[in-house]
Amino acid sequence: MTELTLVQAVNRGLQQAMRDDGDVLVLGEDVGLNGGVFRATEGLLKEFGEERVLDTPLSETGIIGTAIGMALYGLKPVAEIQFLDFIYPAFDQIVSELAKFRYRSGGQYPCHVVIRSPYGGGIKGGLYHSQSTEAYFCHTAGLKVVIPSTPADAKGLLLTAIHDEDPVMFLEPKRIYRSVTGEVPDGDERVPFGRARLVREGTDVSVFAYGAMIPVVTEAANALAAEGISSEVIDLRTLVPLDEAAILASVEKTGRAVVVHEAARFCGFGGELAALLAEKAFFSLKAPVTRVTGYDTPFPYALENLYLPNVERVSHAVRTTARAG
Amino acid sequence: MTAAPAIVPLPYSPEEVASALGRSWKKTLAAMYRWMALGRALDARMQGLQRQGRVGFYGAATGHEAVSVAAGLVTRREDWILPGLREQLVALVRGHPLGTYAHHLFADDKDPARGRNMPCHPSAADVHYVSMSSVIGTQISHAVGVAYAMRARKSPGVALAFFGDGATSANDFHAGLNLAAVWNLPVVFCCVNNQWAISLPVERQSAVATLASKSAAYGLPGQRLDGTDVIAVYRGLGEALRDARAGKGPKLLEFLVYRMTPHSSSDDPGRYQPKDWGARAAASDPFLRLASWMSEHGLLDEGSRTQIGAAVEEEVRAAVRQAEETSAPVPSSLTEDVYAPSASENSPAGAARGT
Repeated sequence: MTELTLVQAVNRGLQQAMRDDGDVLVLGEDVGLNGGVFRATEGLLKEFGEERVLDTPLSETGIIGTAIGMALYGLKPVAEIQFLDFIYPAFDQIVSELAKFRYRSGGQYPCHVVIRSPYGGGIKGGLYHSQSTEAYFCHTAGLKVVIPSTPADAKGLLLTAIHDEDPVMFLEPKRIYRSVTGEVPDGDERVPFGRARLVREGTDVSVFAYGAMIPVVTEAANALAAEGISSEVIDLRTLVPLDEAAILASVEKTGRAVVVHEAARFCGFGGELAALLAEKAFFSLKAPVTRVTGYDTPFPYALENLYLPNVERVSHAVRTTARAG
Repeated sequence: MTAAPAIVPLPYSPEEVASALGRSWKKTLAAMYRWMALGRALDARMQGLQRQGRVGFYGAATGHEAVSVAAGLVTRREDWILPGLREQLVALVRGHPLGTYAHHLFADDKDPARGRNMPCHPSAADVHYVSMSSVIGTQISHAVGVAYAMRARKSPGVALAFFGDGATSANDFHAGLNLAAVWNLPVVFCCVNNQWAISLPVERQSAVATLASKSAAYGLPGQRLDGTDVIAVYRGLGEALRDARAGKGPKLLEFLVYRMTPHSSSDDPGRYQPKDWGARAAASDPFLRLASWMSEHGLLDEGSRTQIGAAVEEEVRAAVRQAEETSAPVPSSLTEDVYAPSASENSPAGAARGT
């Protein structure tokens, strides 16, 4: 075990996979000499050389298109898109090509690319360094969507992603890249997809969240405990595949659910969770499912703390849900 | 009745053809003729079946045969093809069975891709012919990645990206040529300029004099070739492949051809093409240009033309018959291959959501 920040854990995950498998390579803007703008790829160029750590020209569609070609031939590329906000030139490659290669070729051309990208607000990044648009990718069949919230999960889920057979969107909560530290297992210790993490056990309300919202939700749950409200906090970790069993089991126990994400509300992932609970846990529910989310506006600069769900907003929603009905 | 237009002759002496095609040049010429005849027969039959409602869609490659046939013959087994809409003949020449391709066209249960694509979008991994989408130009940067992987694995292979004149305006043309040049990769970019992107003529697609000249902006060589001259394509593409294999980097080839059919089974060129287009295209018919050169030099007589014509027609008929007798894909295939088979075992949510 080693005490690491979340971004250091990403770095160790890449290093581990590249040491264990010569087919793994890293490509993206500023990932080599500069070690990535957040230092996630620091030291990799020195250890693995420029054939396996590629500083690319500034073209997201080129990065992902090239990674797809590499994967078709059997390499295991891990592409970095510097900010999730910059991924859209590659959106065509991701949804039209990457997600559909296995299906449209009847399994002749599986296409396993991992796309790492920092996402989310809280770093004073304004409209174009802050967005949380995981729902776009969850909506496309063929992709897996993973969002860690702890250093151990960042490394363990990244290793699973790199050794998986399907394309994976690996979204990193940059707001907690350095603010969260934790013990991380050494070596090739993988965390499986499709298993939610029980952050805090409780009996009154289930709170579902992921990524940078986990510390916020946990703080709110701790504060509410003093008021006598027992919250069960569940970190979804992988949005696709989704651990439906864990979600349903928790709500069958508590009968109340709050969903928290920093993405905009309309057609956000929380809507999918609310629909899931309506379809499969309706008779367990004692109160309406409540969402705490970002607003249906572009991401603001000066007012980002107003936009992002915080401890007060989450506490208010949990309290209201606990008392409803 | 108007007289058939004069065919623009192939400008070669037998010695020049022998030098372009190598020692077994007569055999290669015979193969070129036969494959072009088969392509022609396939297009004719499928367009007819489409009009009868027996296949859903068809994108004919009539007029493109010299490029596809020469590419199929001059590439090596280890090369990879990243095709556009009109390159299926490349797969067939490289050895993909016509019968399997017919199963694809009819989207039946024996289609390797299980009937999931529109016709003319086959997957033929047996000959490294990569599955294509209908999005224009995306395969150009895939070729760059394939070439990178070939070099990393020390394979002598070359990646060939095929695309049309319209794709030179698309994002991945820019991204792909730039990356391939920066990394000096073994890629040949094959722009098959048939002068029409559905209804838009090439002079309104781009203001450059030749599409090949766009290569200069990326620092790689570009060359325009007569794409209706099968000898010129074989020689020019052969040189580009040799250079790429020798580590000399990528090249952009522009093959100028005439689209001799509508874009697909869904449009009417009478709305947008000039009246003399058909006659101009017919004069540069790649199949007739080859046939007339071979006849003139005693390599093809009327008897063998008739015999080959009948043989390829029967081959097409047999493949179509077999496909039409095959049932539709089984319903369970709808949710397969979305994710790897292992995904459904490993994850509680299962592979196919919503089921």
